[in-house]
Order: sequence, then structure tokens, then C-alpha cells
Amino acid sequence: MSIAEFELTQLPVGGFARVVGIKAEGLVRNRLLDLGLVPATVVEAVRKSPAGDPIAYKIRGALIALRSEESRQITVRALVED
Amino acid sequence: MGLTTQSTGIYAFVEEMHQDPNFNTDAVIALAGNPNTGKSTVFNGLTGLNQHTGNWPGKTVVLAKGIYEHRGKKITLVDLPGTYSLLANSADEQVARDFICFGNPDATVVVADATCLERNLNLVLQVMEITPKTILCLNLIDEAKRKAIRIDRNGLERLLGIPVVPTVARDKGGLAELENTIHEVALGKRQMNPRQTIYHQAIEEALRELQAELEEVLQGKLNSRWVALRLLDGDSSIIDEIRRYLITSTTQVGKEV
Ligand SMILES: Nc1nc2c(ncn2[C@@H]2O[C@H](COP(=O)(O)OP(=O)(O)O)[C@@H](O)[C@H]2O)c(=O)[nH]1
Ligand SMILES: [Mg+2]
Repeated sequence: MSIAEFELTQLPVGGFARVVGIKAEGLVRNRLLDLGLVPATVVEAVRKSPAGDPIAYKIRGALIALRSEESRQITVRALVED
Repeated sequence: MGLTTQSTGIYAFVEEMHQDPNFNTDAVIALAGNPNTGKSTVFNGLTGLNQHTGNWPGKTVVLAKGIYEHRGKKITLVDLPGTYSLLANSADEQVARDFICFGNPDATVVVADATCLERNLNLVLQVMEITPKTILCLNLIDEAKRKAIRIDRNGLERLLGIPVVPTVARDKGGLAELENTIHEVALGKRQMNPRQTIYHQAIEEALRELQAELEEVLQGKLNSRWVALRLLDGDSSIIDEIRRYLITSTTQVGKEV
């Protein structure tokens, strides 16, 4: 409970995070869910495009580019290693 | 819009295919799936050199169709662009969506990556929602083995209610069985009973209400549950396409296969 939540946009390249939820509603929400971004999914920020946006993420075995307006809609939290 | 509908997008593609004597075959099969699952490898493995690559009418999307023969029947295969969802977000994905939803394929093969099955099954369920004639081709079985992933094929078939064919397309492994399965499904020799996704009660109630109204309008041209779901989604791009489909299919009576 004490682990801070943040927007996926803020995940640095090379970092991992776990999806908490999607803020968007309607079609954007459905679309993000279809990309595999359901709660508890682990996401890795793999690389930035030269312009810094979009960013490529590894999501459930696929490399998927998200624009910051999309990644901003995704709430994540840091992975706790145990 | 009425007049231009016949000459654009999916309708132009299908019409062109019907008019090409080379593609006057016994069945048309859509090859769908997420990007990089081996669709083109399956396509090449089945069709060999009998291929034709062309532009999708009105879009800069290239797609290939090809032919093979199996047990005396000629089969057309269409290699669709990769997509994660039928909620299309790009020209590529829209082409895949339009062909699956409005191209009336005799069967749709979803090629899935056996190493990340979970993510691939989402599209499988979406395709099953529009057509019962869905086949799951579980490709990259060699990679899955390497990662010690064991797939319960019978369990999957039972849960999904559709045929599941494991393949290693790069080595042509399993492609003979895939041909057999396509043959049976596309030519109506196999009873299909795909498991339907059941939604939250409120949605199911709305669906029932909408479906009752839709049956009259659709007259069997499209699956009413699927159309009702799309109306609830509110995806205007697909709703426009549904409207176009209904207009086109009323002005081209007798083209149903
Ligand atoms: N190991 C392995 N690789 C495969 C198999 N099928 C396809 N591939 C490879 O996977 C990559 C993507 O295949 P492709 O057919 O282009 O995928 P598509 O994007 O779905 O059309 C290519 O490098 C193929 O050689 C398979 O069964 N096993
Ligand atoms: Mg391909």
C-alpha cells in the first residue's frame, strides 16, 4: 500500500513497473486493455524515439510504442523485488 | 456516400478478387494475428510461389493473397497486417479488421505466438465473437518448448470451442494438419461451437434489447450480437463501416456465397 504510484510516462528507459489501472475511459481504455495493459501486467520501458515520444515498451512479450498522451493514462507502481 | 461505397476499401478488394479468374477458388481464408507471430511464414509455407501482392484499394497498405490446393479444392489465403485488436488504430489494423469483419472469409485463422499465448488470446476471442469459423494456429511451438512452456492443446480446444493446431511454420511443421483443419472448417465439414464471452449483467441486458431490434435491420447479414457490442462500444469508425456494409450488401443482392 505504501508503494508510490506514478504515470507510465515517468518510467525511465530500462525500468520496470506494474500496471495499477487505466485512467482513460471508453475506446482509449479498451484499446489500451487490448494492448495487454491490464492491471498487474509488468511493463518495461525499452527505448525512446529520437524525439523522446513515443516510447517503446515491452508488454506481455510484445514491443509496443505508446505516445505520452497514452502512457500518461496508465497508472503504475514500482516492482518490489523479493 | 451510396455510390462510392462499392469502389472503396474492402468492397473493392473483394470485388477485384471475385473478378480475377486466378482467384476463383472454393474458399477464401483470412490469416490474422498479432504482429510477428509468423503469419507470413504460414502464408508462404502454404501458398509457395502462388502469390500476388497488391495495394489495398485507397490505402497505402500492401497485402498478399495466394492460392493452394488441398484434396482437390482451391483455397485462397489472404495474409493480413498484424493487429492486437479489432478496435483498429491505424490504416493497417483497419484493413485487417475490415477483411475479418466485412470480407466474409470462409474461415479465419488466427496465428498466435505460443510463447505469449495470453496476449494473443485476446484477438482470438474478438474474432470468435464475429465468426464461429475461427481456427487457432499456435505457432512458434519450438520457441515455446525452448522456454519450457507446455501447451495443453486439448484443454484449449475445449475451453475455446474451436480447433487448435500447433505449428512450427518456419520448418513447415504442422502445416499439413492446418490445411486439413482449414478444409474442414471452411467447407462446413466441421461443427463449430466457439465459446462466447459473457459480459457483465447490465451489458448482457442491453445486448438483448439491442439484438431484438437489430435482427430486423440486419436480416442475417451480420451477427446481431457482434453489431450490438460495437454499438455499445461506440467506435464510430466501425459503426460507419457496418452501415456501409449494409448499404453495399443490399445493392449487390445475390453476391452472397
Ligand atoms: N522459431 C520459429 N520462428 C518462426 C516460426 N514461424 C515464423 N518464425 C520467424 O518469426 C519471424 C516473424 O515471422 P513472420 O512470418 O514475418 O511474422 P508476421 O509478422 O506474423 O507475418 C520471422 O523471423 C520468422 O522466420 C516458427 O515456427 N518458429
Ligand atoms: Mg507478415
